[in-house]
Amino acid sequence: MNLTLKIWRQKNANTKGKVVTYQVSDISPDMSFLEMMDVLNEQLIDKGDEPVAFDHDCREGICGSCNLQINGEPHGPDRGVTTCQLHMRRFKDGDTIVIEPFRAKAFPIIKDLVVDRSSFDRIQQAGGYISVNTSGNTQDANSIPIEKENADMSFYAATCIGCGACVAACKNASAMLFTSAKVSQFSLLPQGEVEADRRVLQMVEQMDKEGFGNCTNTGACEIECPKGISLENIARMNREYLKASVK
Amino acid sequence: MAKSALLKSSLAKKYWMAFTGLFLCLFLVGHLFGNLQLLIPVSEGARDQFNEYALFMTTNPAVKVLSYLTYFSILFHAIDGLLLTIHNRKARPQSYVSFKPSTNTMWSSRNMGILGTIILAFIVVHMSMFWGEMKFGGLDDTVYTTANGEEVKDLYTLTIKTFQDAQYGLIWAIAYAFAMLAIGFHLSHGFSSGFQSLGVNHPKYNGFIRKFGYAFAVLVPLAFAVIPFYIHFVLEKI
Amino acid sequence: MGTFQSNTPKGPLAEKWTNHKNEINLVNPANKRNIDVIVVGTGLAGGSAAATLAELGYNVKTFCYQDSPRRAHSIAAQGGINAAKNYQGDGDSIYRLFYDTIKGGDYRSREENVYRLAEVSGNIIDQCVAQGVPFAREYGGLLDNRSFGGVLVSRTFYAKGQTGQQLLLGAYSAMNRQINRGKIQAFNRHEMLDIVKVDGKARGIIARNLVTGELERHSAHAVVVASGGYGNVFFLSTNAMGSNVTASWKIHKKGAYFANPCFTQIHPTCIPVSGDHQSKLTLMSESLRNDGRIWVPKKKEDAEAIRQGKKKPTELSEEERDYYLERRYPAFGNLVPRDVASRAAKERCDAGFGVNKTGEAVYLDFSSAIMRYGKEEATTRKIDNPSDAKIKELGKEVVEAKYGNLFQMYEKIVDQNPYETPMMIYPAVHYTMGGVWVDYNLQTTIPGCYAIGEANFSDHGANRLGASALMQGLADGYFVLPYTIGNYLADDIRTGAISTDTPEFEAAETEVRERLEKLVNNKGTKSVDHFHKLLGKIMWNKVGMARNEQGLNEAIAEIKELREQFWKEVRVPGSVNEMNAELEKAGRVADFLELGELFAKDALHRNESCGGHFREEYQTEEGEALRDDENFMYVAAWEYTGNPSEAILHKEELNYENIEVKTRSYK
Repeated sequence: MNLTLKIWRQKNANTKGKVVTYQVSDISPDMSFLEMMDVLNEQLIDKGDEPVAFDHDCREGICGSCNLQINGEPHGPDRGVTTCQLHMRRFKDGDTIVIEPFRAKAFPIIKDLVVDRSSFDRIQQAGGYISVNTSGNTQDANSIPIEKENADMSFYAATCIGCGACVAACKNASAMLFTSAKVSQFSLLPQGEVEADRRVLQMVEQMDKEGFGNCTNTGACEIECPKGISLENIARMNREYLKASVK
Repeated sequence: MAKSALLKSSLAKKYWMAFTGLFLCLFLVGHLFGNLQLLIPVSEGARDQFNEYALFMTTNPAVKVLSYLTYFSILFHAIDGLLLTIHNRKARPQSYVSFKPSTNTMWSSRNMGILGTIILAFIVVHMSMFWGEMKFGGLDDTVYTTANGEEVKDLYTLTIKTFQDAQYGLIWAIAYAFAMLAIGFHLSHGFSSGFQSLGVNHPKYNGFIRKFGYAFAVLVPLAFAVIPFYIHFVLEKI
Repeated sequence: MGTFQSNTPKGPLAEKWTNHKNEINLVNPANKRNIDVIVVGTGLAGGSAAATLAELGYNVKTFCYQDSPRRAHSIAAQGGINAAKNYQGDGDSIYRLFYDTIKGGDYRSREENVYRLAEVSGNIIDQCVAQGVPFAREYGGLLDNRSFGGVLVSRTFYAKGQTGQQLLLGAYSAMNRQINRGKIQAFNRHEMLDIVKVDGKARGIIARNLVTGELERHSAHAVVVASGGYGNVFFLSTNAMGSNVTASWKIHKKGAYFANPCFTQIHPTCIPVSGDHQSKLTLMSESLRNDGRIWVPKKKEDAEAIRQGKKKPTELSEEERDYYLERRYPAFGNLVPRDVASRAAKERCDAGFGVNKTGEAVYLDFSSAIMRYGKEEATTRKIDNPSDAKIKELGKEVVEAKYGNLFQMYEKIVDQNPYETPMMIYPAVHYTMGGVWVDYNLQTTIPGCYAIGEANFSDHGANRLGASALMQGLADGYFVLPYTIGNYLADDIRTGAISTDTPEFEAAETEVRERLEKLVNNKGTKSVDHFHKLLGKIMWNKVGMARNEQGLNEAIAEIKELREQFWKEVRVPGSVNEMNAELEKAGRVADFLELGELFAKDALHRNESCGGHFREEYQTEEGEALRDDENFMYVAAWEYTGNPSEAILHKEELNYENIEVKTRSYK
């Protein structure tokens, strides 16, 4: 396959970026999207140009590093996959592909397609944990039975990989799906319920501070989320927050 | 923190949007029942019934409280919506070169601001034409004498005449229908969205809320919109 | 301390750890506030260690090359985590877990460390549940277990196929709590490029800020390396793209011995390479072997026809298929251990029976399982005389319920429907049992420098059992290192803050800077990946699943030559003082080019076959591994002398006092 790539290039945070057009040829449909980017970069290096910077690591859809906005959608046109799991067979010979970084005030661009998602870390630091010290004397793991349904729901919320697709897809660049996934995971477990109020108030406060937009319930995040994190989590956080605020 | 959290935080803004929005849904239902009286065949009785109803709605203290709550809700809903929109714009200072939200969201959910603005404009015109006339308009050509002998605006005649006007009646009806269309789209997202914002989301009931919301979004504005056309085309001319 | 002595405590095996904890020095809470610890790597081991050290009161600085600690490659572990909880009441015990681990490791691990691992395994589960890790549960609300990797009990705790993710996020949340308290300073997008020694002790590191390119000096009273394994020396592996040996290798060059580098685990069920563009390999859970049957065509012509796309696997009759594992190992069949299954696949493919374009793939076929389950299902549903189509339909439903997500993943990558046509699989490098040598306290031969998790060598011997990597990482980080490090730090309570303005830091920084500048100014003609791929080919072909003396000697020479070429011809675009992914890769590949040589040297010296190390000269007539306990029951710890191939061998003899040494047999 031969493709035209329109890629956002930006030297660093302080310079203005622009779209640069590249051609790549001999792309195999079996390649993953990032392997296609590797081919482009080899080509650029051979020509003495600077390769395109992009985040990636595990390349099996779990680390959450890769985060490209492909043809107007986070992680491209496929559902339930990360960029590294998107394969070139999804495209046709002669296609033009627009590749951009995830854009949000809270995700400032570092270079080219690499953005700074440390705002996500700070939201987690604000309360995304259960305050328990490590010791050999924590109570036995089976001492608190947990309803299977809640344990499963908690697990599904916890499968968030923190890639930022929810923010990227949201017209308001809101981080509600991300934040609510963590709030939900813990609020569904008896261990986490103890400090649920403090957690939700602090995490939402931090989320607002980071400059994310508001949720307007468009549902784009749920559809673009590579792990299918449910909007139910946002509702649960809304509940938790309301409960915590009126206390 | 908990105190300010109910005013300042992003979530609190959403709660108020939802509260006021859902309250306005109730208001719509009430308003619709009033309007449906216009479908009664033209007669003195129909005129009296409607005008007495209008009078009741503007003078009864309990209704007054409700109506002020409604004005407040409309204003708050609009201002809160405006603030949210401004804030949301700021959350993505540099927009995408290519952005395809149509692949993952409904048009109405992305355009609540525009729809809301249309509706607000409609409300302003609507209020000045009917409510404003009722309250502040002079008692020139259309006077209705109430059961206790008070002279007030004959809102019934005003309404019927507006939509039966040979020159502009149909245009008014179409404009009215357009506004109802905007309300319909606004509701198609807003109704279930209000529940979601308040945390009401349960797999067992979501389907019902969504379907009910859609039905509400179609039927209520449709019923509103039918009335002017009925008046224009079907109702006996006065 | 800090010498080449295992420092294992005295006394009966079961009491050693408790006695040791009772006897070692402690640091009082007030003094902990004055002590800094650097943790390099924030996976399961590093993340859990950092959190626990901070809880204890130490000032911790963490370093990771990813943009967040949550992205460490521990996240990719699928299967589960072992613990001797005996919740299933099937006779499990600490001793059994210990025994299975030693036997699985082919008797090349240190008894005391493994026993301690089994001992604290239960605490890990308690700790993780308290932290809110959502493990799978039964309807009664209690934790569920499954069996894993050829052991006789169900002791594996899991969270669907994402156990590693859930455990890592647990450790990450514990870290976050300490970051919030100010006890951990997290340096993300930072890479450790050297260790700094003062008076022979580890006193800090030189790290590069990967965003700005600046070099930074960080001091501490101890340095913990938790940077994972070195599987990427093979270029293609199931490791993340960024996984590297740099931190381990830098401390090795500064005095830490490197142990058993040739013990590498090759996982049998990975998705095969599809072409030259391939950048990494994807693992498919081992559980697939419970129901899939592995085969290649009996006739070479058929294999050839399949490779060329002229024939389909489904067209071959039962008689035309060679179920080679069932043929060779009638007792265990398709469930032989990882190393045995991997070698058998390679043997068939080398003999010309491979089934994909590259000739490096075998089939994993679910058609019999589908029919078998279909019939069972028809019986339970009381369907009389079901048609074949109906049976197939029912069977598919059962298989989908068991392996649905794996089948889906396979289809996404390969674009073939595994319900209709057999899956293709091939072995891939997965885990490295070897690593930095550590004593019982997890201290390397550099005083004050510790290695934990996959980065050290200690617990898995020559082969790791499934679901044990997560266990070891968390055991080291939560329950071992935080206590044993106190023994060393107790002497440091009066040291005070360590200045980075010293000749030692200056020298280390200069050395790092010069090396980076050399790479950037080299202006060669070939990309870093070019060399990495060549290194991978040498490693895979000559130091891979089956090794021999000639191949290893060639590999040593070839790697050396490739390394020289690399330094002459590599091209690294951009500059040092900016975000520069190529420069990062170049530094890592440069280290792999040295490690590869030591790896081959270690494999060459070990004249036996054991666990993940298979030397063709040392096999039985039936082609099984031939261990040599007489001469090689030791840990090979290598001391760096300036050239990897001239490393000096130190032997730590292994004594098994509590376990009978047996030959592994799966016939």
